[in-house]
Amino acid sequence: MEERIIIAGFGGQGVMAMGQLLTYAGMIEGKQVSWLPSYGPEMRGGTANCNVVISSDDVGSPVVLDANTAIIMNKPSLDKFENSVVKGGKLFINSSLIDRKSERDDIEIYYVPCNEIAGELGNARVANMVMLGAYLEATKVVSVDSVLAGFTKVFGEGKAHLLPINKEAIEKGAEAIRKQAGVTA
Amino acid sequence: MSVVFQKTRGLTDVPTHYCPGCTHGIVHRLVGEVLEELGVLDNAIGVAPVGCSVLAYKYFNCDMHEAAHGRAPAVATGIKRVHPDNFVFTYQGDGDLASIGTAEIVHAALRGEKISTIFINNAIYGMTGGQMAPTTLVGQKATTAPYGRDPNHAGKPIRMSEMLSTIDGAKFVERVTVTTPAHVRKAKKAIKECFQVQLDGKGFGIVEVLSTCPTNWGYTPEEALRWLEENMIPYYPLGNFKRPEEVE
Amino acid sequence: MAKVLMKGNEAIGAAAIEAGCKYFFGYPITPQSELPEFMARELPKAGGVFLQAESEIAAINMVYGAAGSGARVMTSSSSPGISLKQEGISYIAGAELPCLIVNIMRGGPGLGSIQPSQTDYFQATRGGGNGDYRLVVLAPSNVQELVDLIIEGFDIADQYRNPVMILGDGMIGQMMEPVEFKKPKTRELPPKDWATNGTKGERKPNIINSLYLSPEELEAHNIRLQAKYQKIRENEVKVESYNIEDADVVIAAYGTTSRIAKTAIAQLEKEGYKVGLIRPISLWPYPYDEFNKISDKCKGILTVEMNSGQMVDDVKIAVNGRFPVYFHGRLGGMVPTPNEIIEKVKKIYGGEI
Repeated sequence: MEERIIIAGFGGQGVMAMGQLLTYAGMIEGKQVSWLPSYGPEMRGGTANCNVVISSDDVGSPVVLDANTAIIMNKPSLDKFENSVVKGGKLFINSSLIDRKSERDDIEIYYVPCNEIAGELGNARVANMVMLGAYLEATKVVSVDSVLAGFTKVFGEGKAHLLPINKEAIEKGAEAIRKQAGVTA
Repeated sequence: MSVVFQKTRGLTDVPTHYCPGCTHGIVHRLVGEVLEELGVLDNAIGVAPVGCSVLAYKYFNCDMHEAAHGRAPAVATGIKRVHPDNFVFTYQGDGDLASIGTAEIVHAALRGEKISTIFINNAIYGMTGGQMAPTTLVGQKATTAPYGRDPNHAGKPIRMSEMLSTIDGAKFVERVTVTTPAHVRKAKKAIKECFQVQLDGKGFGIVEVLSTCPTNWGYTPEEALRWLEENMIPYYPLGNFKRPEEVE
Repeated sequence: MAKVLMKGNEAIGAAAIEAGCKYFFGYPITPQSELPEFMARELPKAGGVFLQAESEIAAINMVYGAAGSGARVMTSSSSPGISLKQEGISYIAGAELPCLIVNIMRGGPGLGSIQPSQTDYFQATRGGGNGDYRLVVLAPSNVQELVDLIIEGFDIADQYRNPVMILGDGMIGQMMEPVEFKKPKTRELPPKDWATNGTKGERKPNIINSLYLSPEELEAHNIRLQAKYQKIRENEVKVESYNIEDADVVIAAYGTTSRIAKTAIAQLEKEGYKVGLIRPISLWPYPYDEFNKISDKCKGILTVEMNSGQMVDDVKIAVNGRFPVYFHGRLGGMVPTPNEIIEKVKKIYGGEI
């Protein structure tokens, strides 16, 4: 098994943290993992992206060019990475901020209104966790428990009190996927 | 017969290579004597420069490093941070300290690095054969300023002691010379006080010594002493620029 | 000790502290600034000193002073900053001082870019500073190996009284992978009785120096250095190789590039191609002998690098005309893709190049 993920969005949307949470979770589950950020001036408020590999074998290239999964949090990132998903792969689109549909017809596409759901939860900053919940529900690459176990590693012990709201966001994201599956089924 | 004078233990028995009339030898002796008199010789680590005193590591009778050109204050910083209880000093010329190593001396001073620097200013590059130094006087001839230093082209000479005394971390700054016995005594006193500032843990200290270079200036040793007094001292006034406040 | 997930640059710092490094002198530069930041935070807690120098030149000369004083000491930078350090590196090599220098390479020449690159291979393995000297150059391909080589690197430096360089690229500095801190193999390290710490009146002065005005003395010093380098060549070669006895094409790649090559090889194997890999871990001393193990049926060696072809010179020396040597590289901070490598290997197979 090898899951190769691109996560992209604006700086500040928490895309780096999403990648780190998945990486921690993979490590906790005894898998081989790598997390590679884009770095440089674009980190300062521009677009940010990271590559995550979760594998049962040694990780070869940490650079993800052909992704099994792309998680896209804003429109410029959709334009940039839409074609990076391999045939049969999965594309997660934050439909709160992206007003167009994907033009791909050879992959599975999930539209998740992350910011709206986060808003309903009363904390706009957990939009990334909503998306993460959606991803976990749709792919089952790692468990929600493993992700939560890595939470304080990524955000620090000082953020432990935010664990419940983040957990709730993950659940809401998963719910959105279950609804979508119900509709398409 | 009683012994009234003997060579300091602060220097080795290696004969120095300095030219006749060069004042490096006097300054070496003063440094050696002060190291001995303060009881820090066996605890001292010195840093030699690149320039005429490049071989100083053979002359001082203590542990020594030979640094790259201008880098002695950085090397001394590395030593002092590893051995904060050892006495650490640099011995540098004007090309080394005031040209290629300006950044290193300024930043050692601003960090208040607890090291002591002996700065030999003879207004010329000696070892490489008489090229213009940042301290070469206006109108003074050098092999790379054959018509005399032109301030419109090369600027005016830099006064390092004045500049360094503006830096908070520099706690002792004095300019001396060694052209007469009286000046030699004053110079030794300054070196001792400068070294004491390090021993008291107060910060960075420097003694600038106006020195002669008869060979490259093209004078006899005696003429060189006179030239220094008549030309260098007016531009580089002697005296203390900074010492730690008595009440602190 | 359990595995922890760490960013390469931070893992370097943690490994150095684990190895007993007490002094770090550095200057900020992307993409390695997380390392001085980590050291500024963590080294004082370990009883050490972090100092941000006024320049890379000052930093390496502080390393010279600290190493000459007998301390475990390191510095780090990225390509343009490493260029500035060359003066001090040459002095450290000349005075035979142990220290660790980390270069997290970025694209060049000049200010270049901040993206990953391997353009300093020549500089690292052929010198860079003046004089006839060698650095031990180690090129990790993942964060775990980075940690292992940092820890062992300090021991190698001490054993041979020689600077050791860890040569990584921006990618390995920035990426996160799980690591654990393991004790290196035990080496017999000579006492640092040459270090300056004050004579205490009990011994002759110790002098840290690279100046020998007499050509006879300097020649003798150099002959001694060369004998030391020969010993390092005999003892310290590190290499990983895969399937080279049976391969029709062998790829030579180091650092992060070797991982991309591995991904390409896995894909090629699925398609029935027999492709081997030689991954030099020590770039100096270079694993020339490893290439002798390649089977005679091999059609060629493909060197892959993130530069215009630097290690390819060493590969040519290693194969000594036995096989044709091909090259694939990306420049300026671009990273080669597995597909590019696959295409090139297929061309070699097909006799198209």
